[in-house]
Amino acid sequence: MLLIPCPNCGPRDETEFHYGGQAHVPYPKDPAALNDREWAELLFYRDNPKGAFAERWVHSTGCRQWFNMLRDTVSYDIQAVYPTGAPRPDSATTTSASPEGAVQ
Amino acid sequence: MAETATSHTSARNHAEKDLAVRTSPASHLLEAFAAGSLAGTVELAELPYLTLLGVRAAAGTETADRLASVTGGLPAASGEIRGSGETSVLWLGPAEFLVVAPAEAHESLGGALIQALQSALADGEGQVVDLSANRTTFELTGPRARAVLEKGCSLDLHPREFKAGTAFSTMIGNIPAILWKTGEESFRVLPRASFADFLGRWLLDAMREYASAEVP
Repeated sequence: MLLIPCPNCGPRDETEFHYGGQAHVPYPKDPAALNDREWAELLFYRDNPKGAFAERWVHSTGCRQWFNMLRDTVSYDIQAVYPTGAPRPDSATTTSASPEGAVQ
Repeated sequence: MAETATSHTSARNHAEKDLAVRTSPASHLLEAFAAGSLAGTVELAELPYLTLLGVRAAAGTETADRLASVTGGLPAASGEIRGSGETSVLWLGPAEFLVVAPAEAHESLGGALIQALQSALADGEGQVVDLSANRTTFELTGPRARAVLEKGCSLDLHPREFKAGTAFSTMIGNIPAILWKTGEESFRVLPRASFADFLGRWLLDAMREYASAEVP
């Protein structure tokens, strides 16, 4: 269970939140100009990094507000919580530790 | 004049008829609540028909100030409650509030709170919506009330963290509800009407170990 620090409500259980996928996916300035491949990539193609990942979350049973969170996908360490629209902060550790027991 | 008086009387008669047939979301659990409560340990009851109004206005705007002057202030942060007299305003979000007032404040019983708020809102950016039927209110009291809630609520309910006179929107028994601490040993739980049966029975089950006879 993650303890997520909601910017409005403070730390709450993960069960109070919903995940909103990758953050900072810009909507194209002229969507009609995209070809099918580009459109499909905008809709369905997302990064899947090992390490720091900027993602969107909503505190659905609390303040019902969206926010962005920089989370390590390996250690689940929450590195930063920041408002939507703000630029992605620098991650403390971009190279995350290997999961315990992983073969180096 | 005579016509207006007649229409007033008939409107009131209609209202009384409507009130006589209305049922609260947990009215069928009334006897179970009484049977499952133990005075001096933990007691559960439904407080039906409280007037609930959803208010939305961005903090710092003139609209918010006008609404605040009617309600007796708007809370500024999570957990805070503002209000005056029997009207309380709970914080639900940065620009979203829940006004809780006695049943008599509702327009069907001659109250004027909704109209007062709507005229304060005027054409400002925001919302005043009657949500009285959206939720019901449970009152859980007694020295064991906190222990009962702790079985299904992940907030820190210890008095050093959770003070009387604060309210949080959270999960209780895996369903979303508003938890309002009204006194040191009294809580109000506001689930949505469709969850009232579930949460009422869940609370009864959680109370059972405290409110049943001691096994010799």
